[in-house]
Amino acid sequence: MNAMSDLSASVPLAYPELLLVGFALAAAIIGAWFKDRAFDALSWLGVAAIVGAGVLAMYGPFAPVEIFQGAMVVDGVAVFAKVLIAFSGAATLALGWDHFAKAGDKRFEYPVLIALSVLGMFVMASAQDLITLYVGVELQSLAGYVLAAWRRDDARSSEAGLKYFVLSAISSGLLLFGSSFVYGFTGSIRFDAIAAAVGEGAGGIGLVFGLVLMLCALGFKMSAAPFHMWTPDVYEGAPTPVTAFFAAAPKVAAIALMTRVLYEPFAEMEGQWRQVVMALAAISMVWGSVAALLQTNLKRLMAYSSVSNIGFALMGVAAGGEVGASSALIYMTLYLPANIGIFALILAMRREGAPAETVADLAGMAKQRPWMAALFTMLLFSIAGIPPFAGFMGKLVVFGAAVDAGLIWLAVLGAVAAVVAAAYYLRLIASIWFAPSAEQLHAPSGTVMLTATAAAALTFPVLVLMLGVVEYWAEAAVRMSF
Amino acid sequence: MSEIVAGWPILSILTFLPAAGALLILLSRMSARGLNPGYDNGVKLLTLFFTIATFIVSLFAFAAFDAGNPDYQLVENVPWAFGASYAMGVDTLAMSLVMLTTFLTPLCILASWSIEKQVSSYMVLFLVLETLMIGVFCAQDIILFYVFFEGGLIPMFILIGVWGGERRVYAAFKFFLYTLLGSLLMLVAIVAMIAMARAAGIENPSSIPALTAFAQSGGFSPDIQIWLWVAFFASFAVKMPMWPVHTWLPDAHVEAPTAASVVLAAILLKMGGYGFLRFSLPMFPDASHFFTPFVFALSVIAIVWASLVAFRQLDMKKLIAYSSVAHMGFVTMGIFSGNEQGIQGAIFQMLSHGVISGALFLCVGVVYDRMHTREIAFYGGLVHRMPVYAAIFLLFTMGNVGLPGTGGFPGEILTMVGAFQVNAWVAAGAALGVIFSAAYALTLYRKVAFGMIENPKLDAIADLDAREWVTFIPLIIATLVMGFAPSYVLDFTSNSAEAISSAFLGARP
Repeated sequence: MNAMSDLSASVPLAYPELLLVGFALAAAIIGAWFKDRAFDALSWLGVAAIVGAGVLAMYGPFAPVEIFQGAMVVDGVAVFAKVLIAFSGAATLALGWDHFAKAGDKRFEYPVLIALSVLGMFVMASAQDLITLYVGVELQSLAGYVLAAWRRDDARSSEAGLKYFVLSAISSGLLLFGSSFVYGFTGSIRFDAIAAAVGEGAGGIGLVFGLVLMLCALGFKMSAAPFHMWTPDVYEGAPTPVTAFFAAAPKVAAIALMTRVLYEPFAEMEGQWRQVVMALAAISMVWGSVAALLQTNLKRLMAYSSVSNIGFALMGVAAGGEVGASSALIYMTLYLPANIGIFALILAMRREGAPAETVADLAGMAKQRPWMAALFTMLLFSIAGIPPFAGFMGKLVVFGAAVDAGLIWLAVLGAVAAVVAAAYYLRLIASIWFAPSAEQLHAPSGTVMLTATAAAALTFPVLVLMLGVVEYWAEAAVRMSF
Repeated sequence: MSEIVAGWPILSILTFLPAAGALLILLSRMSARGLNPGYDNGVKLLTLFFTIATFIVSLFAFAAFDAGNPDYQLVENVPWAFGASYAMGVDTLAMSLVMLTTFLTPLCILASWSIEKQVSSYMVLFLVLETLMIGVFCAQDIILFYVFFEGGLIPMFILIGVWGGERRVYAAFKFFLYTLLGSLLMLVAIVAMIAMARAAGIENPSSIPALTAFAQSGGFSPDIQIWLWVAFFASFAVKMPMWPVHTWLPDAHVEAPTAASVVLAAILLKMGGYGFLRFSLPMFPDASHFFTPFVFALSVIAIVWASLVAFRQLDMKKLIAYSSVAHMGFVTMGIFSGNEQGIQGAIFQMLSHGVISGALFLCVGVVYDRMHTREIAFYGGLVHRMPVYAAIFLLFTMGNVGLPGTGGFPGEILTMVGAFQVNAWVAAGAALGVIFSAAYALTLYRKVAFGMIENPKLDAIADLDAREWVTFIPLIIATLVMGFAPSYVLDFTSNSAEAISSAFLGARP
């Protein structure tokens, strides 16, 4: 196929990405012209553009189609991941818009950076060679560094940005270093060529070395323990809407990317990578649960919670096979609404005009804001994996995948970790319901309550009733992709 | 009557009617800006209405149910996800426990009339709890069972934590985490069972009847059964609760509000026994045989030890809580004796304990509402001021002791008869427990009801009011009927007991 006809065939499939590119470039110019007056309009357009990209992505084919001469691919997993990324990205952008508008901190770069970061995640989800993979990861992270340091004059926010940047740069280095090994030992950057070379027995220990380095770097990006050290500090220091953004969409992109790397180029090396992924899963589940017990800051606590939840998703990936990959996708689908909803409520918590971010600040919510308390309770029970909420179904499906693959010990470890994790979620619920009320909680804004209510409705009953549909799509996506 | 409900999803209506009530209260709460004083009363009445309506629906279900048929009846089935389905259905064992639940819940609401703190939240949680409890017994799919089983923790956690006594937060945490650990291990075992059944080509591997049939055709090898049994045991033993994992119970009971105590003792504890009967015995008969001596030992220790501990309690509720542990020891002993008498006795004991211990907690609630203390030493001589109360309290105390003529007797004697056929020493140990139970129960009664009134605060204590009368009358009738005509219950549950017993004995090595 010549370059022109490839391009004309590829462009329609890349509409979602092109829409995001178009929005980001246009918004940057408009913003430069109108300055921060454009914040509201651009945020609104940004939400529309990201949702639009998600809707366009939905029309993508499930059977793999390579585009841009094999640099990217559109397939079921990419479509599934992009839809999740778009909707969670749009929800968190809307939350941030609401928050910054109220705080009087209207800087037009915010929607631009979010859109660029989402674009990076789209590229990650579609990556089909090592270069695209790296570009996607970097685009997503670079926007992230700036967002983390959004409050320039706040020491913690600057620290968060710097820490994220330095540590993330190291992991990018690992990613490149690992990729160079892979390239060196297989002679190609393309996933299908790597897969063919691996199938013929190329590589040996050097290839394993490269794969492990890449896995470590991806583990860092998704904040899987033991590569999670940056997470609590960045989550705590970054402005809350940015934290909400970090905690949702990038995780999906990273899980989708890791699944693709493991299932496409390195499918033949399952014996080798499985050990690594199992270790990542086990350490993340346990450490994420145990370390959270000691946290008093809600954002730090949610950072550890995300570490432990990534561990559960990785349990699905470690199980391998179609069941494993689809269970990880289902897990992420069921985990996201609760996560976004909780951050929305954290965002809404203000006492005496100041943001309230500690466990003790939840006290008395059940009396003062019963509706908010009910939503918070539902979302926390969901993320803790207690039935009948969606979070439980997620745990169930990854347990099922692990047991099917014979990893019973991992499932049992997950069960024990889930009990430990339940202890700290219960601490929050106990604070909401049992602790005597402190000063008055401010009434949350409409946007926040709408987001939280929608998220809670998704955790129960919408996603629970539609579980069969989610399962069908996730399985079809995985089956037709790999 | 059975024609009326033919074609209706009667079990779903039964299960979700209370939840519908809860939703209604939530909606009314949203519209009721600036709550007026009548609102709380309205909520209480609405809750009472919904629980009574649920009881009436359960009567319809009961009428449509054919006790002579050993199969699951009133079956509903809607496919869901992961190969699981929303499947409901009851056999006689489940039906009897459903009736117990719907019978006791309205009485609990009546007993909660004195609640004044966050009334609408309380009633919503209670209704949700009823839905989940009924669901546990109706679920015919093992995943669905787990959802209901585990979901019950949520309302209980909040009920204990918000409306409980002084150490309520500690008790709520202990209750939740203890039961969660047991349950999650069971979840892993459930997942493993489904995987095995699916691998063997079973069509709907998460359906309880299909799994039971698969297990009885030798689907789980004895080695695997041991592990599965242990995982299920971890959950049910905590729920039961069996010694030594019972320590959450006295804490939770003492700190729970009266009605939550009643539900806890009368219904939630039965889920453990139900689980043993529904899963452990029919699905893992070889492992159950293997572990029988172990369970017997724990049961006898529970009976004797908990009775002795009960004797030394200073708090009325704690005393009754320990007596519950002892009575549940009879249940586990009866279940694992594996013969029909033992299992019949265990089922009967679960039902009668539901009524009697529920009533005893209500008795404590009556004086607690008046004096706000449960300390035994605070009371004394109540018979002079509250003769009716004293009479009712005596009846239920006798029931607790297991006096013939009350509902407590047939269950205890049958479980002992069952156990005697397997191991005479175990039965002897349990008989010792009966004597101890007389000692602690009568001592409690003597200290509270007899003697002179020495505490001046008791001078003005009033006897039962009309609401309390209404609460107790159904319980009195139930206790006496179970005592004098136990065959109503025993005939009803006999085919479940027979099926479980034959599944278990059929695997005898």
